[in-house]
Amino acid sequence: MTPELVEAVFREAYGRAVAVLTRLLGDIGSAEEAVQDAFVVALQRWPADGVPPAPAGWIVTTARNRAIDLMRREATRDDRHRQAARLAEPDPPPEEGAVRDDRLRMLFTCCHPALALPARVALTLRLVGGLTTAEIAHAFGVPEATMAQRLVRAKGKIRDARIPYRVPTEADLPDRLPGVLAVVSLVFTEGHTASSGSGLVRPDLCAEAIRLGRQLVELMPDEPEALGLLALMLLTEARRPARVSATGDLVPLTEQDRSRWDAALIAEGQDLVRRCLRRNAPGAYQVQAAIQAVHDDAATAADTDWRQVVVLYDHLLTLAPSPVVALNRAVAVAEVDGPAAGLAALEGVELPRSHLLPAVRADLLRRLGRTGEALDAYAAALDLTGNASERAFLERRRDELSAAHRSAQA
Amino acid sequence: MPHYLLTVVQPGDGTPPPPEVLEPIMRDTDAVHRAMVDAGCWVFGGGLHPPAAATTLRPKDGEVLLVDGPFAEAKEHVGGFSVIDVPDLDAALDWGRRLVAATTLPIEVRPFHDGSGTP
Repeated sequence: MTPELVEAVFREAYGRAVAVLTRLLGDIGSAEEAVQDAFVVALQRWPADGVPPAPAGWIVTTARNRAIDLMRREATRDDRHRQAARLAEPDPPPEEGAVRDDRLRMLFTCCHPALALPARVALTLRLVGGLTTAEIAHAFGVPEATMAQRLVRAKGKIRDARIPYRVPTEADLPDRLPGVLAVVSLVFTEGHTASSGSGLVRPDLCAEAIRLGRQLVELMPDEPEALGLLALMLLTEARRPARVSATGDLVPLTEQDRSRWDAALIAEGQDLVRRCLRRNAPGAYQVQAAIQAVHDDAATAADTDWRQVVVLYDHLLTLAPSPVVALNRAVAVAEVDGPAAGLAALEGVELPRSHLLPAVRADLLRRLGRTGEALDAYAAALDLTGNASERAFLERRRDELSAAHRSAQA
Repeated sequence: MPHYLLTVVQPGDGTPPPPEVLEPIMRDTDAVHRAMVDAGCWVFGGGLHPPAAATTLRPKDGEVLLVDGPFAEAKEHVGGFSVIDVPDLDAALDWGRRLVAATTLPIEVRPFHDGSGTP
């Protein structure tokens, strides 16, 4: 039994076991303690006895027994006795369907809108994803004590304010589901373009977001937007090997070595896009996934069906209008109708404090031969990016342009 | 069941808006309070006079010092409140939403400690 195996089993079992125990004990804190006790027992027994055939079920049963022991020992009040008696009643091992319901409850509790977004993200990674506090702290570049405090505070609010442990009703689901998807999407985006640090991507966070995305699809197989989000992440992740050069620089989509894309992820993502589009309930994640599917479908950059991309961005603008969507649409328009049309499509787009708008403007101006304006736009973009890889890319582009500009003037 | 305090967060010094603005707000707010009573979750509540009417008592060297005015000068103050008795936060937030719509003001929803407020 290798430590890696134990870690993988624990991570997989943690969310399931805490979800079941939270329903039985009525409190996340007690549930986590019971599950951690069960892990300690597992570490004592598994090396000698071997890993049980259903490790997660073993953890749940052991944690429940520990909780009963603990309650009996601490029982000073009748209700404790009653609670212990209720837990001790013969109960068949939890069925897969029941466990799934508990995991869904936990997911919606962690993503409750009364919790701040960073708290939702941390709780979801801890209680649904099974990451340790240290792993989450590392992934977001904050001290472990800070992350621990964030988790304690969030769990305290769930307990004190009585955030319910239940799946929203059918009527409330449309309001609540986007919040859950947003948490997973945020984890992926943070992994895909680390907002701080030297690396352009944090593959561990991307992998975790995809794992959560797979869980969402498993838990809510009938939600097309959950399928759409997973497809979007897979189709984006598929290009990661080609997105950063050997020297750590950002490689734009049009210049990527497409032979390095992950064909299996693309096939899976495209299959998911087809599956959710068949349901004919389009949403923002599905359309974004469809756009990535068009890109991933092209054998070379020149083969990209940009007209289809523009159509999809038009659709996305009606579903989820945002300056970033308008910006990406303008990039696609430039590919179909030329850089001047792309520049015209940027009119009225405002994206303060982001390097994206001046970076796109710089590229379009460069292609139009408006070198002076392009250099100004590169300077503006460089002022606004904190990511080292993106800075390096923009500096390279700017330096190439100004060198060409100088030699043309010489 | 747990109790929640729904606080009406009122901006300014508490000078009431003109009657043509205030009248529909009072009517809508009263309607929400009646709905709370009908639903059996209303415990207590009401609107408060402006902070200028407040007197604050402070402990000082074993004595009690009287101060004319609210406990803190702030841009916002408690304009009124409702205490409700509902099963969980979602239910409290639903009532809070209705009060936001009626008062057109922010509403803070805050849980009481278990068992407090019941003598």
